[in-house]
Amino acid sequence: MIALPEPKAAVLARRDAILSDLARLVGPGGLIADRHCLRVYESDGLAAYRQPPLAVVLPETTEEVAAVLRFCHEGGIRVVPRGAGTSLSGGALPLADAVVVGLMRMNRILAIDYADRVATVQAGVTNIGITGAVAEQGFFYAPDPSSQLACMIGGNIAMNSGGAHCLKYGVTANNVLGLTIVTIEGEIIKLGGAHLDAAGYDWLGILIGSEGQLAVTTEVTVRILRAPEGTRAMLAAFRSNEVAGACVAAIIGSGIIPVALEFMDRPAIHACEAFAHAGYPLDAEAMLIIEVEGSPAEQDGLLARLGEIVGRFDPISLRIAATAEESAAIWKGRKGAFGAIGRISPDYLCMDGVIPTSELPAVLQRIGEMSRQYGLGVANIFHAGDGNLHPLILFDANDPESMAKAEKFGAEILMHCVAVGGCLTGEHGVGVEKRDLMPAQFSAADLDQQRRVKSAFDPDWLLNPSKVFPLNPEPPVIRAA
Amino acid sequence: MMEPEAPADDAGIAAAIAAAAARGEPLSIMGNASKAPMLRPVQAARTLSTRNLSGVTLYSPAELVLAARAGTPLSVLEETLAGHGQHLIAEPPDLDALLGTAASATLGGAVAANLSGPRRVAWGAMRDHVLGMRAVNGEGTAIRSGGRVLKNVTGLDLCKLIAGSHGTLAVMTEITLKVLPASESTGTVAVLGVDAASGVAALAAALGSPYAVSGAAYLPAEAAASVSALAGLASGPGIALARIEDFTSSVTYRCERLAAKLGRFGSIRQIEDGTSRPLWQAIRDVMPLADRPEAAIWRVSVRPSAGPALAAVAAALGARWFLDWGGGLVWIAAVPNAATHRTISEAASAAGGTWMLLRAPDTLRTAVPVLPPLSPVLDRLTRRLKAAFDPMGILNPGRMYAGI
Repeated sequence: MIALPEPKAAVLARRDAILSDLARLVGPGGLIADRHCLRVYESDGLAAYRQPPLAVVLPETTEEVAAVLRFCHEGGIRVVPRGAGTSLSGGALPLADAVVVGLMRMNRILAIDYADRVATVQAGVTNIGITGAVAEQGFFYAPDPSSQLACMIGGNIAMNSGGAHCLKYGVTANNVLGLTIVTIEGEIIKLGGAHLDAAGYDWLGILIGSEGQLAVTTEVTVRILRAPEGTRAMLAAFRSNEVAGACVAAIIGSGIIPVALEFMDRPAIHACEAFAHAGYPLDAEAMLIIEVEGSPAEQDGLLARLGEIVGRFDPISLRIAATAEESAAIWKGRKGAFGAIGRISPDYLCMDGVIPTSELPAVLQRIGEMSRQYGLGVANIFHAGDGNLHPLILFDANDPESMAKAEKFGAEILMHCVAVGGCLTGEHGVGVEKRDLMPAQFSAADLDQQRRVKSAFDPDWLLNPSKVFPLNPEPPVIRAA
Repeated sequence: MMEPEAPADDAGIAAAIAAAAARGEPLSIMGNASKAPMLRPVQAARTLSTRNLSGVTLYSPAELVLAARAGTPLSVLEETLAGHGQHLIAEPPDLDALLGTAASATLGGAVAANLSGPRRVAWGAMRDHVLGMRAVNGEGTAIRSGGRVLKNVTGLDLCKLIAGSHGTLAVMTEITLKVLPASESTGTVAVLGVDAASGVAALAAALGSPYAVSGAAYLPAEAAASVSALAGLASGPGIALARIEDFTSSVTYRCERLAAKLGRFGSIRQIEDGTSRPLWQAIRDVMPLADRPEAAIWRVSVRPSAGPALAAVAAALGARWFLDWGGGLVWIAAVPNAATHRTISEAASAAGGTWMLLRAPDTLRTAVPVLPPLSPVLDRLTRRLKAAFDPMGILNPGRMYAGI
């Protein structure tokens, strides 16, 4: 298990006074202090870690967030920002002496402008809620993490969320034009706006993906895009991971950038098929779902080109959807993957490494060896176009030994991703989960530079502490000229 | 100015910066100095150049990844990529004609200035495609951020921060970029005889269509007349241009559909591949303003629908101007004086946008802010961030803001 810092005794001792001050700042309806109610907030999507916080506040305005942060800063109280709590890396895990600032009541869409193709929303609006608000006019918000029904745009900002379609449309950082943030000192800052290329240093660039380490986001201006005329998928099954990997390289090399390019290995195919009955080829070692977009004629043209490329790799089967319904059938198994794995194993860890795509066959072989060594099953789902690998490690959380082995297995996979030229996390974030692995990817100097940036925003390290950076050494001190 | 120090490796860059930090002596940072006329001049006795850090260090077309040392000329990268049918996604401009330089712009400079071309409106800025970098901070310490894979959220993204910081936070020595296949064909739908308001409305309709428009510019007649690819097309107040890049069959289909959609705004001409390419290169390189060497150049970014109002402000000043990015990028060439600067910058700020005094005589660019002044809280944060990278304040001091 990953170590969390000792709570500050002085803060715990002042709990009653802190609660009454917070109630004054956000109103009694905006404060959760009852110990039973606090249990709701003790964990996030990384459910193995649990810790009820000192208190939860649910502010309704940016000004209330500022008041809470100013108060916590003055009192040396730690703050854990939280959206929907869907983080898979423990990004919203509370600490015993921390105030959780939950943004779920800030859930209003503030402005939609189709002529300028932007929408401004509060941080507690769900990812799908943005697309839902603009879909009637044929628009959408591009990043689409699997948790998009629940996860909130504020959390997407913190984690720089991706999704299955980011090969073409980019991740959160590529789709945000403006932010309203609150610093730990309680200052409200508006950055960027509805225009491209915000002024000065790239504040948006450093804030997006900063995992709540630098500031709390309360409002977001995103680009909205007009949806293509239509999309259609094909499914190709192969005799080996090597052949499927070579096919991915040939597709990208051909000049076609599919809107999605998803890879599943044999265990993933079997689990999904048993769950969803999508007609997946059970005799295949690997399978690709490839999606294209455009007019029906453009889709036909692209699918024909792709079919020709796939044909060169001796596919076991090739299924090209003729209609939107047939596309949906192809996606059905993949979209139910997490539920499917949940059905064959009491628990699973969803890893999130990234590798150079050319390394895929060798990495999958290595993961297979580790799986035998640890005696734990693993199914691999892979955003093949961008190298983002999601091994799902099957284990039993009620068995401490199984849990310890699963964590060790996961860490070993991630270390291997780094060793072959990849990285620890492609879209889930470091959180607490991968915090202690950071020195595998970064030198002491690299990490020190990141820590200094943290200190520039949050000199006392009160924001979302114990995440992202290993607990030692002591935070660096920045003295501005 | 003394001949720049131009080490041939990262260690040399680090040693030069460490030595300057020890002396507390500022350094002017450059590649081939193609952007020396931009922003504020740096007061430094010594200059450090990355121009001898040259060459592609990794290119894996099937993984859409290219890495090169910071001093590699963009032209070399473009050639390397073209050999595999790929390109730089953000289409960075060659500003030699605009800035009156004859330098070969480097990768490091393009990333440090975060300069992007017309494709930015659809495919993101230069900083959006930086996957990783090696750099040296103001203490002479080599740091690395990001990596060589397309998706990476491990730790704070220092790459984006250093990109666009104009050499004031760290000196980049190697940069890794995402690249994409170049399209097979380029087509343009032109709407003739429209004023700026209807031109930008037409561009909004184009960008809001499902046809994946990858360039959207409006040229008033005077600017259009300076672009040879538009010869014979300039009529009435101006011309709106929407670009499609894709496979040839898609370009043909989408241009047809777009032409039908935009017909209500004015008379339509389609511009084929051979003419479209030089046309968009001229827009990318700001050629419509390049024949005004005596003028100052402002680069204003506002929400696209505010572009025509900014254009009207420019026109009232007697300026030459045109619009890119669907109307949101306003290029202005006008008399280089403080009053003009105040009019343009105040109009841009009032529209909720941002501005840069891109080129001006030293007398003007040292006397007025070249970027929007910082609010007190952002000024404090900017200074702290600068100190987090460059505690002695020796890297390009004053380049972006006086005193920082």
